[in-house]
Order: sequence, then structure tokens, then C-alpha cells
Amino acid sequence: MSGGGAPIRSVVARDLRLALRQRSDILTIVLFFALTASLFPFALGPYPDLLQRVAPGVIWVTALLAVLLSLERLFLADYEDGSLELLALSPLPLEAIVLAKTFAHWLTTGLPLTAATPLIALLYDMPASGLAVLLAAMILGTPSLSLIGSIGAALALGARRGGVLIPLLVLPLYVPILIFGVAAVDAALSDLAARPHLLLLAALLAVALPTAAFAGAAALRQAVE
Amino acid sequence: MNRTATSSQQSGSLHRFANPARFLRLAQAVFPWSAGAMALCIAAGLYLGLFVAPPDYQQGESVRIMYVHVPAAWMALFVYANMALASASLLIWRHPLAGLIAKASAPVGTAFTFLALFTGSLWGKPMWGTWWVWDARLTSVLILFFIYLGHMALINAFENPERGQKAAAVLTLVGVVNLPIIKFSVDWWNTLHQPASVTRIGTPAIHSSMLWPLLLMALGFTFYYVTVLILRLRAEMLASRLRAMNRLAAEEG
Repeated sequence: MSGGGAPIRSVVARDLRLALRQRSDILTIVLFFALTASLFPFALGPYPDLLQRVAPGVIWVTALLAVLLSLERLFLADYEDGSLELLALSPLPLEAIVLAKTFAHWLTTGLPLTAATPLIALLYDMPASGLAVLLAAMILGTPSLSLIGSIGAALALGARRGGVLIPLLVLPLYVPILIFGVAAVDAALSDLAARPHLLLLAALLAVALPTAAFAGAAALRQAVE
Repeated sequence: MNRTATSSQQSGSLHRFANPARFLRLAQAVFPWSAGAMALCIAAGLYLGLFVAPPDYQQGESVRIMYVHVPAAWMALFVYANMALASASLLIWRHPLAGLIAKASAPVGTAFTFLALFTGSLWGKPMWGTWWVWDARLTSVLILFFIYLGHMALINAFENPERGQKAAAVLTLVGVVNLPIIKFSVDWWNTLHQPASVTRIGTPAIHSSMLWPLLLMALGFTFYYVTVLILRLRAEMLASRLRAMNRLAAEEG
């Protein structure tokens, strides 16, 4: 394991290093999340009951849009400067590279978004019980967003209008995560069991992991062919 | 490096015409039969459905929307399943015809999905009192519609048509997860949409006077799919032959 793990770790470390050098990219995404989420009180009116009711949905939808914003750069820079071809030629399986790059993507989007969530939840006056479940749901759900998104990002490489294409491909597949992510919080807020919804989110993650690895690798192979 | 790759594809694309040419001959022979069967089945199905079948004791005459709605919904799923099979054989065996079949099926499937949603909406207004509800069956079919649209956008987004077909094939296979969700959504969730009454184990919960027009329409829609598929495949093959000839001409000239 230690022999096979080191190259994977270096792929993750490389992407993290690149992301941390462009720290403003991560900040932009978190800022987008916070700004978009704070638009809703202006649109719906400052009624605490209403805002509390829509908070789980608003937070999930805005987090999902923020992840979408970041998807294009997942493979594009490597594709354009040719390092993707070198990665594809390396003895590492392409599936592992997809998972490594997606993991790095989650560390630089899903994790910061989850970290910023308590602040948004505070603005919407979400009770602590709901917030705890929301955070658990985001920890389980945002990796799936990155994984499904990596398929879309890999498929759109080299396409015309790739940036517009990715949301079109990915958003329909995001719907189950949105449904169960919001349902978990709604259940917690109305004193029902949130556990089944969290388990379903975990199941979605378990399905997304191999799907993204195989589909993403197949798409990358076509892109560098 | 790219240059050599395209020129080796060219020699491949010339000798792969052997197989599509045989397919075209077969399709040419099937075409009049499928077109005729389509016209017969749809005419008989519409006549039986609109004039012979009895009105429903609760829903009255509006139940006749079923004879378009249900077969269209079946076709939406059937065409997608067919596209998924074609996509798999494109990716596994690199069968060039499979990519064209998936490409030619997508607009037909989109149209059937739209028809199912549209007629469902027309049916929902008098029955449920609303054009649309965010019910599990309706929502999952709407997602199917979006996946069809994404497929068509992706397949046309590349300069190289083969790259587009392969990318769209991966998307189609990923989207297959939606099919069981659509099928079982009425059983898994407590939905407004009614559960299946024809494809049940044992006897269908529907009288034969209503079942016949339904099956005839489904058969007619299937023949429509075959007919349109042949037309579209013929056009696609001519277009790709034209592209190959243009490339050859450009290379020689």
C-alpha cells in the first residue's frame, strides 16, 4: 500500500499546492456561496419564520452552485498544458488519478464551503440541532458533488463552450444529493430521524466513488487520445 | 502527432464503410415495412382508444389521454435503454454504428419524454387540479428529459464527431441510474402519480378494451422509432461519408 500510495499522495499534494498558490480562487468560491445565500432574504423578505423554513434548501442550492463554478478548472489547466497526457502515460491507473484530483478538489471547495456553512446558518437563524445535521449532510454530500462533477468536467474537456456545458451535464445528476441533503435537515428540524437520509447520502457517495472513477477515467482517456 | 492520428483514422473510416453499407441495405429493406406498420398500429390504436374504448367511470373522457401518455412514457425509457446499450457497445467494441444509433436516438427519446410530460400535464390539470406537481415520478422523468438534452448538447460540442459520440456515451451510461428510479419511483415514494397497472406480475389491472389500444399505440410508437432511426442513420452515414470524402479530397488536392 505504501508503495502505491505515494504517487497518489503526490498527485493530491500537487493539486493542493497549485490551489493554495491561487488562494483567491478558493476564497472566491466561498464568497460566492455567502453572497448568493444572502441574496435570498432580499428576494423573499426578512421574515424569520420563512427564512428558517427555506434555509436548508437555500444553503444546499447555493453550495451546489458554488461547486459548479469550480468544476471547470478541475482538469482544464492540466489538459491545456499537457500534464494530463503525462499523468495518463504514468503507470498509475487513470481511475486513481481521477479520484486523487477529485479529492484535492473537494479539499479546496467542499471542505471550505462546509466550513462557511455555520455562518450562513447563523444568518438564517437555524437551530443548533439542524446545523449539526446540515454539517454532517454536507460532509457526506459535497464529496459526491465533486465526484459527479469530475465526470462532467472530464467529459467537457476540449468541447466548445465547455464551461456552459458542465452545468447542463452535471445538474440533473446532482438532484438526488440535493433531495436527501435537504430532507436530512428538514427531518432534524421537525424532530424526525435524520439518520435514514444521512445513510442515503452515504450510499450515494458509495455509488459515486466507483462511477466517477471509471466514467471520469474513460472520459479523460478520450480527451487525451 | 495529431496529424498522424487523423490520417490513420481516415484509412480506418474508409474500410469501416463495409459494415454500415450492409446495414444500410438491410435498413432499406425494413423501412417500408416499419413505416407501414407504424401507420397501421397508430391508426388502429387511435381509433380504438378514441372511439371504441369506454370512458373511465371516474375520469370520464379525459382518460383517453392515457393512450398517448403511457406509450410515450414507455418509449422515453425504452429509447434511453436502447441508447445505453448502443453507448456500451460503442465504448466496449468501438462499433461505429453504435455511436450513430445513440446519436440518432437521442432526439426521438427527447421528443417522447416531452410528449409524456406534456400529455401528463394536460391530464393532470383536470384530474389533480394542477399542471405540475413535484412528485417523484414527474421529477425523475423531468431529469430524464434534462439528461437527454445534456446528451444532445455534449454530442454536438466537439469538432471531432467521434469524440462527441464517445463523451456522450459515457454520459448516457452514467445516466442509466435514473431508469430504475423512474420505474420504481411510484413504489418507493408515496406519489400522486398512480402505480403501474399494465406491467404487473399476473393479470394487468386494466380491461382488455383499454389494454388493446394501449398496446397498439405502444407498438406504433416503437415502429415510429424504428422508422425515424433508419431515416436519421441514413442521413448520419451520408454525412460522415461526405466528411471522409472531403478530408480525402483536401489531402489529395
